[in-house]
Amino acid sequence: MSDTQETNCFFLDDEAIPFTPGQTIIQAALTAGKYIPHLCYHPEFKPHGSCKLCTVRIDSRTIATEDGQTIKIPGRAAASCTTPAQAGQHVESNIPELLDLRRTLIQMLLVEGNHFCPSCEKSGSCLLQGLAYALGVMNPHFPQYFSKREVDASHPDILLDLNRCILCELCIRASAEVDKKHVFSLSGRGHSKHLICNAESGKLGDTNFSATDKAANVCPVGVILHKRHGFETPYGQRRFDQNPINAHAEQYAPVKEQV
Amino acid sequence: MNAAAPAVKPKLLVATTSLAGCFGCHMSLLDIDERLLDLIDLVAFDRSPITDIKHCSPHCDVGIIEGGVCNAENVHVLHEFRKNCKILIAIGACAINGGLPAQRNSLDIGDILAAVYALPGRGVQVPNDPEIPLLLNAVHPLHEVVKIDYFLPGCPPSGDAIWKFLTDLLAGRTPSLGHGLIHYD
Repeated sequence: MSDTQETNCFFLDDEAIPFTPGQTIIQAALTAGKYIPHLCYHPEFKPHGSCKLCTVRIDSRTIATEDGQTIKIPGRAAASCTTPAQAGQHVESNIPELLDLRRTLIQMLLVEGNHFCPSCEKSGSCLLQGLAYALGVMNPHFPQYFSKREVDASHPDILLDLNRCILCELCIRASAEVDKKHVFSLSGRGHSKHLICNAESGKLGDTNFSATDKAANVCPVGVILHKRHGFETPYGQRRFDQNPINAHAEQYAPVKEQV
Repeated sequence: MNAAAPAVKPKLLVATTSLAGCFGCHMSLLDIDERLLDLIDLVAFDRSPITDIKHCSPHCDVGIIEGGVCNAENVHVLHEFRKNCKILIAIGACAINGGLPAQRNSLDIGDILAAVYALPGRGVQVPNDPEIPLLLNAVHPLHEVVKIDYFLPGCPPSGDAIWKFLTDLLAGRTPSLGHGLIHYD
């Protein structure tokens, strides 16, 4: 036990998870092969903390009442992608309360945009869909919003279908941090918030965006699509046909820096 | 030992229909193949394209509906199912979020009819026979119109998914699909 305390370890659903100082909870968990649901987190970018799917409860307590019953006092809720891991911390992720909340978040995303999976090129490898499968989301629950969104086909190699945008800002971060092009940004507030392109015309074709950009290859859903590559992988052989999203959590872990 | 023969369980009465759907989910129901024989031991079909019975009996146990709601007749049929079925199941993408027919929701219904029924040299002639159900402004998922008890997603859900779902339900369990069977496409 003292060994566990000396090395940096926290507990995720009662299982000891080692971490290096400075790592966030989700980074340490994924490195240890424990999946925590997420959409806006990406191992290569600064955490964003906006999708809230990786929310965990930290340090819940159980107290005994005078009549001999026990009551659970829920710990604080925090986005595990922005919360640093701390030694001895007790973190809950795979508990009914959080799974229910995550289902609700997914359902709200599904009705806010126009997510019609049968006609989407990303179907089968879409993180939103894969996560919905893993959480057992069987219906949208809420009334469908049927929002009116644009499709931008002006770029020779990339199709931009904003119907499916979940505002995770991964393309924005990739374009700014890695490509140094600042092609994307968000505009508007509330329900009118949407992705915009850095061109006077507002069209992707008028920016210096390229299909080899990092930003062209991080979209978790079916917004940034490569033209002439749709439906290349047959049904049954696609990413989440093969394995559920929560299998092999290490694939989402930060890549170890070369020493 | 009690030698009394077990009481024969009465068959559950199942009604099915397709609203703004393509009958693909019904085709997928047939894809449970030889298990249809097992199913028919447990259920009897009431109103359904399979039986061609035109209206629901008053005490159906399960109603299975594919397709969303796109016209006035769909609304009437859906209400008939809700009124007569103890359990309503929305099956397939269209019943659950409108699906392909709902792709028209971003367009004005007047513009759509004008474009579809424009005849060269004769203007726009939208059919207006009273027998033809009026289109709704937008296509809606079933749960926006009546209470739906269970949802079975897929476009269509596979025969295996339908079989797992129905056998869970008939056994009194909450249907659970799991990896490989839950699909939105």
